[in-house]
Amino acid sequence: MKLWHEIMENLRIALESVRTNKLRSFLATLGIVIGVFTATLMATAITGLGKAFENSISAIGSDVIYIQRFNWGPSEKWWKVRARRPISLVQARRLAERVAPPATVSYESGMGGTVKYLDRTASNVIIMGNVAASAEVRGLSVQEGRFLSEAEVDGERPVCVLGHDLAERLFPYESGLGAWVKVNDRRYQVVGTLEKMGEFIFANLDFQVIIPVTRMIADFTREPDLTIAVKTGDAAALDEVQEELRWIMRTVRGIDPGEEDDFSVNNQNALLDMFGKFTAVIGTAGLSMTGLALLVGGIGIMNVMFVSVTERTREIGVRKALGAKRRAILSQFLMEAAVICLLGGVAALALAWPVTLVMQKWLPATISPSIAMIALAVSAATGLIAGFLPAWRAARLNPVDALRSE
Amino acid sequence: MSLLRIRNIARSYEMGAETVHALRGVSADIEKGEYVAIMGPSGSGKSTLMNLLGCLDSPTSGSYELNGTDVSSLDENALSDIRNREIGFVFQTFNLLPRVSALRNVELPLIYAGIPRDERREAARVALEQVNLSDRMEHRPNEMSGGQRQRVAIARALVNQPSILLADEPTGNLDSTTGTEILGLFHSLWKKGHTIIVVTHEEEVALNARRILRIRDGLLASDEIVK
Ligand SMILES: Nc1ncnc2c1ncn2[C@@H]1O[C@H](COP(=O)(O)OP(=O)(O)O)[C@@H](O)[C@H]1O
Ligand SMILES: [Mg+2]
Repeated sequence: MKLWHEIMENLRIALESVRTNKLRSFLATLGIVIGVFTATLMATAITGLGKAFENSISAIGSDVIYIQRFNWGPSEKWWKVRARRPISLVQARRLAERVAPPATVSYESGMGGTVKYLDRTASNVIIMGNVAASAEVRGLSVQEGRFLSEAEVDGERPVCVLGHDLAERLFPYESGLGAWVKVNDRRYQVVGTLEKMGEFIFANLDFQVIIPVTRMIADFTREPDLTIAVKTGDAAALDEVQEELRWIMRTVRGIDPGEEDDFSVNNQNALLDMFGKFTAVIGTAGLSMTGLALLVGGIGIMNVMFVSVTERTREIGVRKALGAKRRAILSQFLMEAAVICLLGGVAALALAWPVTLVMQKWLPATISPSIAMIALAVSAATGLIAGFLPAWRAARLNPVDALRSE
Repeated sequence: MSLLRIRNIARSYEMGAETVHALRGVSADIEKGEYVAIMGPSGSGKSTLMNLLGCLDSPTSGSYELNGTDVSSLDENALSDIRNREIGFVFQTFNLLPRVSALRNVELPLIYAGIPRDERREAARVALEQVNLSDRMEHRPNEMSGGQRQRVAIARALVNQPSILLADEPTGNLDSTTGTEILGLFHSLWKKGHTIIVVTHEEEVALNARRILRIRDGLLASDEIVK
């Protein structure tokens, strides 16, 4: 109870002191503001990236294996990889014939371009060539209409499915079903639209148009380099199926025993690895920057507190004469340092807030309550640590000497 | 049992290689309800003695009993408690906290005594009424005259109902009219039963007391009852 009074009293004294020394407190806390500001943004960005990455990963699918010319992540020598033959439609089809259920095979190709409807234009659209099975493998959900049919893919029909955002852009008021749009100046009829998929690191998949891969080859790319995506239907069997696919692909590509693979078999683990390293690097950089800023800020606070103690030596003497114990003086100055830093932390959060709003253009970034709490706790802790030495000096002042000081 | 009993109390300061003997061994007993003046020329050791009596400082040698407790060997925290409970200080330069109201200044000792806020407020109000400052409670020191400031300081010294009121040159920074007024206040407090010790170098101030201890060169030169 007594301690509680003392704490409340010291809090009041601290606030009084901060109020009467606004400029000094502001300057003192600048380093803390910068430190907490960067740390908060860093943490927000990392959690945002994490969220975006999770979305991307779920789009990749935890049980989906990708057979491609290139491999994900670092390793294999790039000139060797570049010299590899592309994966052709014939090869993809042959592989698909040999894969047994429950595995499902999609083969696809992608490019960029423009989609137009009447006078409405969407540029920087991802144009995907898919097969009927792609919807299942890629986990695409149709919102309106339907996905590509097998007959349409086999018949190279000029039909398309629009991503959610693209559909909204081209058909803001009406349904696009049945309409003819121009994909890179070729006419395609809309047969369906997709549900919203969310945010991704690599691309905005809500801004895609999906056409039969066969039609894409006919219209745009004579010699495509396909990606084969195989959903195993059983995440546990990933390694097994991966090895099996590798052998099938070798046969399909006519690779002699003893020769190296001239393709890569990828799954999300490589990406998870990469992302883990990436966030570790950002996190370390962020932490060291924050640490530096807090160190500088802490030294600033320490100086200001030393000045404050020196200026108020007589006050300390008076308080001691009236019965203040060392502990009371110590906590008075600790509290003052903590309050200054805490206000700095609040200011930093207030500054970081609009910046995260801007960041939301690219990332699902929000300052979470836990980030805010940690930021404030770190601010206060910095104050306590930086304020300790000055507060200790104040607490140890001899009352007679303190009273004699000018 | 005396309220305050010092025996051969001495205090010296180490100043580099030199030792300054501010107090060389003073003995005295002061009873409850006395009004004592400590007199002497500047540098004779009056303030040193007062700091010892007020438990702000510990003697180099000798003993000091306050209310029957030997305080000469207590540690800092224990001395803080004694100061808080037993001593009320009045300083020459008032020593009020400049940025807070009279009421908050008077509350200070009660804060360190751990008294709850409402009780504290009430006690501070009563103490300020006692020194006729009921109408200045929310004023800050810089909004008050010297006499008013010293009365706030006296209220602060009284608020904890200490055993002794210790005043070091309480009229030193006041004009003579205001000084007389403050001495009048001391007189009436003494009449109410307070024990008062005033340090001064002025004869007129000392003459208000009932007993005068004269200090010279750190030694007790005389101890006389007046009136
Ligand atoms: N903290 C100190 N350090 C060194 N010398 C001191 C200290 N305090 C007092 N003195 C010396 O002790 C002597 C007595 O001082 P003081 O008690 O203040 O005298 P008074 O109050 O009677 O004028 C003086 O010579 C003074 O210089
Ligand atoms: Mg003196």
